[in-house]
Amino acid sequence: MITVQNISKRFGDYPALHNINLTIEPGEFIALLGPSGSGKTTLMRIIAGLEFQDSGHVLFDGEDVSTRKVAERGVGFVFQHYALFKHMTVAENVAFGLSVRKRKDRPSKIDIKARAEELLGLVQLGGLGNRYPAQLSGGQRQRVALARALAVEPQLLLLDEPFGALDAKVRKDLRRWLRGLHEQMGLTSIFVTHDQEEALELADRIVVMDHGVIEQVGTAEQVYMEPASPFVSDFVGEINRVDVTVTNGLIRLNDRQLDIAANGYADGPAQLHFRPHDVELAGADAGGLPIIVSNLFRKGGKWRVEGQCGTLDRVIEIDLDATDTPPHVGAELVVRPTKSRIFHTTGR
Amino acid sequence: MSQRAIVTESRFARGLLIGSALAFLGFFLLLPLVAVFSEALKQGVGTFWDAVKEPDALASIRLTLLIAAISVPLNVVFGIAASWAITKYSFRGKSLLITLIDLPFSVSPVVSGLIFVLLFGAHGWLGPWLSAHDVKIIFAVPGIILATVFITFPFVARELIPLMMEQGKDDEEAAVSLGANGWQTFWHVTLPNIRWGLLYGVLLCNARAMGEFGAVSVVSGHIRGLTNTMPLHVEILYNEYDFVGAFAVASLLAVLALVTLVAKSVLEWRFDYHHGGAGH
Amino acid sequence: MNRPFSKRNRWRQPSVLPGFGLTFGFSLGWLTLIVLIPLATIFLKSAGMGWSDFIKVGFSERAVAAYRLSFGTAAAAGLVNAIFGLLVAWVLVRYSFPGKKIVNALVDLPFALPTAVAGIALTALYAPNGWIGQYLDPLGIKIAFTRIGIIIALVFIGLPFVVRSVEPVLADLGKDVEEAAATLGATRRQTFTRVIFPAIGPALLTGFALAFARGVGEYGSVIFISGNMPGKTEIAPLLIVTQLEQYAYDGATAIATVMMIASFAILLGINLVQAWSRGRAGA
Repeated sequence: MITVQNISKRFGDYPALHNINLTIEPGEFIALLGPSGSGKTTLMRIIAGLEFQDSGHVLFDGEDVSTRKVAERGVGFVFQHYALFKHMTVAENVAFGLSVRKRKDRPSKIDIKARAEELLGLVQLGGLGNRYPAQLSGGQRQRVALARALAVEPQLLLLDEPFGALDAKVRKDLRRWLRGLHEQMGLTSIFVTHDQEEALELADRIVVMDHGVIEQVGTAEQVYMEPASPFVSDFVGEINRVDVTVTNGLIRLNDRQLDIAANGYADGPAQLHFRPHDVELAGADAGGLPIIVSNLFRKGGKWRVEGQCGTLDRVIEIDLDATDTPPHVGAELVVRPTKSRIFHTTGR
Repeated sequence: MSQRAIVTESRFARGLLIGSALAFLGFFLLLPLVAVFSEALKQGVGTFWDAVKEPDALASIRLTLLIAAISVPLNVVFGIAASWAITKYSFRGKSLLITLIDLPFSVSPVVSGLIFVLLFGAHGWLGPWLSAHDVKIIFAVPGIILATVFITFPFVARELIPLMMEQGKDDEEAAVSLGANGWQTFWHVTLPNIRWGLLYGVLLCNARAMGEFGAVSVVSGHIRGLTNTMPLHVEILYNEYDFVGAFAVASLLAVLALVTLVAKSVLEWRFDYHHGGAGH
Repeated sequence: MNRPFSKRNRWRQPSVLPGFGLTFGFSLGWLTLIVLIPLATIFLKSAGMGWSDFIKVGFSERAVAAYRLSFGTAAAAGLVNAIFGLLVAWVLVRYSFPGKKIVNALVDLPFALPTAVAGIALTALYAPNGWIGQYLDPLGIKIAFTRIGIIIALVFIGLPFVVRSVEPVLADLGKDVEEAAATLGATRRQTFTRVIFPAIGPALLTGFALAFARGVGEYGSVIFISGNMPGKTEIAPLLIVTQLEQYAYDGATAIATVMMIASFAILLGINLVQAWSRGRAGA
């Protein structure tokens, strides 16, 4: 079990992390998700021991490792640009971690070689051990980096933007493969990503971060369906945001009363969030958002409709069933969110 | 306070490494530089000026400026033409051409002078013909210019080739597609892109042209007031035990070196111009 | 002349950019005139000498002593520079300290300072009555007018070659590679010997070879400090000059030829090493 307690970190005047608390169960696959500058990479580097926190503790199985050097933490780290040793062959790269061990802990040369071969087989690179990293494709290098990290039998695997430097097709294949590998090995793993799709697809739990704080921790379902903050709602998945006013449990958009319950919300300005697919078309006088269709295109099995809503400067995006006749550009629709969340605009 | 980075040495080791590097540089580079100025001014500024204003010294300064004024532009023209041909087109034998351009770097300065003596000297291949037509190359200014051009031959091209290689030819092709002719393309598109690199090459070329000793020494004949460049004049004064005079002229050359270094650094800092590595 | 789609121009790819004929023709012509023909004369003259004459003057006792001295001192200076050049490059790339920019500029001083100036300055320092020499002389340590003096001059001349060769490679070597070594359990020392050093090895070798090649041919900075004793402190370039002054053109040519062939061999060696390391690292 990995426990992060009250971790804070500043780079000069810039607060990178603020009072982070997080617990990771054995065997979990965790995504640290956030935009650049959210502190996700810093948090992972602190867990690895590549960076040191200003305050707080990192515990591995209840033991405080905060002062332990990176080499003694038993973590495998896969770097964003792989950081392979260019002058070593693939097999030498994989064997490196074993070959730098102290003599008494070091396996024999033959054992090291066999272990490297075995790992290369695991990452489906058997037979490529004599190549140099420069002779491999991006996806292959990524897997070499992974094999190298696994060679030291870490108790925790950390991956920094593991798919960031790959093209779309390779990325997708590798993603599926990595998920399978994780299920097969059961190794506690954390990966950093700015791509919400990647996080939703791979992770058991997602840690959404912004500006050095954790916004939400939850499963893909929780984060997507029950976003805990406007940031999460906006960052994970597509969202429409409409500025509204709450009065006596009723929502008003300018002069129009919307047919959405807002019980329990305090009066005042608020933001209504709803996903493009959580809508239905309603009659003209039902309590929906009136939009004028400005653009329309096919998006997978749906029609994506973009429309202007009165004087709002944001475009409203909705998805309609592709089997229905699509509306034409300029048509007036009334859109009623079937599922929505309301966030107060003042304060966080 | 300071961040504890993983991949660095302890404070002590860092200090030790920096200290020994600085001590080495101070001892081997800075001290000789200080010695030049100190020896030049040993007997006061008056003596220094007298040595500089001496007619033979002035003649050597004039000759050095003349040599640089002729050989640097020649190499600029060659450097631009060669790097244009090499970087904007692909043809077979390109790397051989680059190697040949670099040849003068691997030839001893003395040998660089010798080859012109063998060609144009009194006993050289063209010597008899030249003396019959009363043309003097060796032990005269043309020989010095030839040797200097040879020595500084690769400087500009070597600076421009990597730079223009990196920039590719997209800009030029765009210009041509918009109707510019070759000259307009070069003047309005290529030149602005390479000007800092060109200036950098010119600086180094000029420093070497003015400071060249070995090659020039072989072809010059050391005729005072006529074929003595500043470095040769330094040697003559030094061998005559006129140390203050020698160091006075030497200090002018050292100032030239310092100006070159400052200008070079300004180029690197202000315009973020990184030059392509060692090789001069 | 410049017909891009002409079949006869198969040795180059067609291009829409004009000026190939002009720039290529001019470059090649100028190169031939200034560099190739003059260099060729030296080989032609050597070839005209006959083998036994060439051996006699090119490998006379005095000439062999001069080669030995030139190559030996250049190798020694190259080694000193490989060690300290690496140190200087490391410090410049890795650490920040006050005055770093000035130090960085100072490294190029030997490229900018005329060699004759360096020569008399070093002599002023290391002569028995010089700034440093006066303290060493009573101890029986002589630097000027000995091989050590020559080595010091060549260290001065060669230092920037090593620093400027190693620096970019060291800077390019990402921090993440060292971090990777650390996460895999390597100590700082193991990281240096097994990751950093092999990565910069080819560049260090290149720097050494460049400094060595330059040192072998160096003249201006050496002749003042070397004392020029035939057989003892007479470097090969000086021997060429001496032969010329005695109108012994054959001797000068033969010695120059031997030196040039040696230099080209070194240059070829550098290129092979670079090609080999490029092939591996795929730069």
